[in-house]
Amino acid sequence: MTLTTWLTDDAPASRLQANLGRAYDVTRRLLRNPLAALGVAILTVLIVCAAFAPWIAPYSPIGQDLGARLMPPSATNWMGTDELGRDIFSRVVHGARLTLLIVGMVAVISAPLGLILGAVSGYFGGWTDRVLMGITDVFLSMPKLILALAFVAALGPGIENAIIAIAITAWPPYARLARAETLTFRNSEFVQAVRLAGASHMRVIGLHILPLCTSSTIIRVTLDMAGIILTAAGLGFLGLGAQPPLPEWGAMISRGRSFILDQWWVATMPGFAIILVSLGFCFLGDGLRDVLDPKSGDKS
Amino acid sequence: MTAIHLQDLDIYYGESRAVQGVNLDVASGESFALVGESGSGKSTILKAIMGLAPDWTGTIEVDGAARSHGTDRAFSAHCQMVFQDPYGSLHPRKTIDAALAEPLLIHGKPNRDKRVVELLAEVGLDARFRFRFPHQLSGGQRQRVAIARALALEPKLLLLDEPTSALDVSIQAEILNLLKRLRRERGLTYLMVTHNLPVVSFMCDRLAVMRHGKIVETADVATLRSGQFDSAYARDLYRLSEPDQTEQTP
Amino acid sequence: MSAPLLEVENLTVTFPTPSGPVNVVDGVSLTLGTERLGIVGESGSGKSMTGRAILGLIRPPGRVTADKLAFEGTELQSLSARQMRKIRGARISMVMQDPKFSLNPVMTVGRQIAEALRTHENLPRRDVKARVAEMLHSVRITDPERVMGLYPHEVSGGMGQRIMIAMMLIPRPRILIADEPTSALDVSVQGQVLDLIDDLVRDNGMGLLLVSHDLHLVGRYCDRVMVMNAGRVVETLDARNLHAAQHPYTKGLLAAVPRMNETREVLPTLDRSQWAAT
Repeated sequence: MTLTTWLTDDAPASRLQANLGRAYDVTRRLLRNPLAALGVAILTVLIVCAAFAPWIAPYSPIGQDLGARLMPPSATNWMGTDELGRDIFSRVVHGARLTLLIVGMVAVISAPLGLILGAVSGYFGGWTDRVLMGITDVFLSMPKLILALAFVAALGPGIENAIIAIAITAWPPYARLARAETLTFRNSEFVQAVRLAGASHMRVIGLHILPLCTSSTIIRVTLDMAGIILTAAGLGFLGLGAQPPLPEWGAMISRGRSFILDQWWVATMPGFAIILVSLGFCFLGDGLRDVLDPKSGDKS
Repeated sequence: MTAIHLQDLDIYYGESRAVQGVNLDVASGESFALVGESGSGKSTILKAIMGLAPDWTGTIEVDGAARSHGTDRAFSAHCQMVFQDPYGSLHPRKTIDAALAEPLLIHGKPNRDKRVVELLAEVGLDARFRFRFPHQLSGGQRQRVAIARALALEPKLLLLDEPTSALDVSIQAEILNLLKRLRRERGLTYLMVTHNLPVVSFMCDRLAVMRHGKIVETADVATLRSGQFDSAYARDLYRLSEPDQTEQTP
Repeated sequence: MSAPLLEVENLTVTFPTPSGPVNVVDGVSLTLGTERLGIVGESGSGKSMTGRAILGLIRPPGRVTADKLAFEGTELQSLSARQMRKIRGARISMVMQDPKFSLNPVMTVGRQIAEALRTHENLPRRDVKARVAEMLHSVRITDPERVMGLYPHEVSGGMGQRIMIAMMLIPRPRILIADEPTSALDVSVQGQVLDLIDDLVRDNGMGLLLVSHDLHLVGRYCDRVMVMNAGRVVETLDARNLHAAQHPYTKGLLAAVPRMNETREVLPTLDRSQWAAT
């Protein structure tokens, strides 16, 4: 029996096989979509860059060479050098680590926060719902970047504070989404059946409602990644995110802005990186939506 | 011994009163049917007994113990419910195994793996269905899983909410046979909601006809088979359901 | 017997699946005159797909092929989408299962029926209104003026289905395809709706294709019954001789229904291995 037949077996013999089979099915359908596959490829490159940055980057990201300042792209410096003679390609590769750190941490903090608040709010309804959604609305009504700016200004500039600030501004949409999804499941018979089995509210929410909200949240988070990267870059650009000499893409653009007319590559190369990674997340998010959406899940 | 005792039961949905002044006794080991058209309040009574429609006044007693207005763990081991829609009553992202193990987990029962296999066998499902997802099952198979889940805690009382109305006739026959066999083997008490009088004739000992939230008439199955109801509404229902049968026996 | 309104030969509807194409309707032939033909089967038998295929309502990736699919002698497969739209609704109408999903929730009942009429006939406004009122009257709605001003959520299920029927019949079609027209309704209303369809079809000399899972219901309201299973026609018989069905599938279906005066301890069940591949 080959691995494929084992995975696609319609009568799995164990819990593990059933779950792996489902994962295999999702992956296969995801990769069949060309744009989603492209998104996966871009993000794989990002992850590889982040993981093996010291081996991939030909130079140190902070090593200065004042003799080779503002060199245009060439065989030795693929993306040219910046005003301190640092190799931009090496900095972009190392910047992948920061970008991944930022999006990863923001997703890890804001998605569960939003999910839980939304599910609790939708499940209990009544006063709980009104209070929690009131708070959510307050956060939603403030412009994201401005709010993040205010937090960073209060907490002090730096990459950790930027992450916290972005996470605090990113959760409300997930709470709204999770609440809306929960409302559609709250009175469904399978939820009633678990309640009738004597399950506590926490168990119903944690083990039965949240798993159903996660796929739409994953899709939404993936699509929001581009926005998170841009917000992080914006904070970096304003000097409130990662501090020099960290090779954060937004900060790099900010520094390159003074030379934009004569040495275009200094600002443009990290800009390309931001665009590419944002696009990668968008493609993946769209692909995931097609695959994970419960309404299309039954078709094949 | 009375399994279910309802007295002066009023059930409210928001402002409106879905059920008014219902008095009903179901004996232990009996199979009792609540019959009526949509909106007659028959399903609402089941929900109130189970604790899913908490806004009621009056008395609900199950095996002599008064019911609270919500769901509770001790009660759940004693009384379970099978829902109408086999497509909506199973969690779409959980395997059959997970659905059947859940009540056992909640109640901390031992030997879960063995019990799940037994339950599947009991409702006539092959063990190869165990790790499938609901969308890989037909409607009839799903309803068998729902019945197995209701039996997992070995309740004495089973409330059935139109268990076969979403199924094809040949599947309906299989599920009805299954329910009948389980009742015989386990000495279960059934309270079944249906709009289908012939199903009552096959499955039940007594029935109550409901209309606009009230019980119009309570009768035994012999009355149903002969159609000799006292109330005009019950006779109407009988007449409308019956012509199906006359053509069958020439 | 009159000339056939509808002739279908070797109709096949195919849907692609991961494990290859599947024929959900597999070589069905039928003719319909000014009569009432019932198509009976369980879910997945292809009965609804047959009705939809005749009206050209199968959406891609589904594919319809037939040797012949003719309405009053016109081959429907050769018609353009525009010509097909003219026939659908005006000449062949369809009543669906649940009126809740078939009526537009933000338009009054009267306007929807008028709309159905206006797309097929050019009439002055006053005549339209009169025709709508007359039609509602004929589906036994006693106060058409009031009902015309109602929105779909303000009417009951049975009333909704009667409105649907009015909407479908107002362009005076030749054939009515009714797909489970009463399975969302209570028994007391079911009979009224079916009686109504029956009267209208007879009075107007129409052909009726009644698709249902309920053998007895079809037996009562049709002249002929076609039993389908797994996309194929199992047998076609006279509705009066339904109880004398020969095929074991039909017999099995009949026996599986509980009776009002039920004395059997166990209901007979179908041995599916005999027909179905599943």
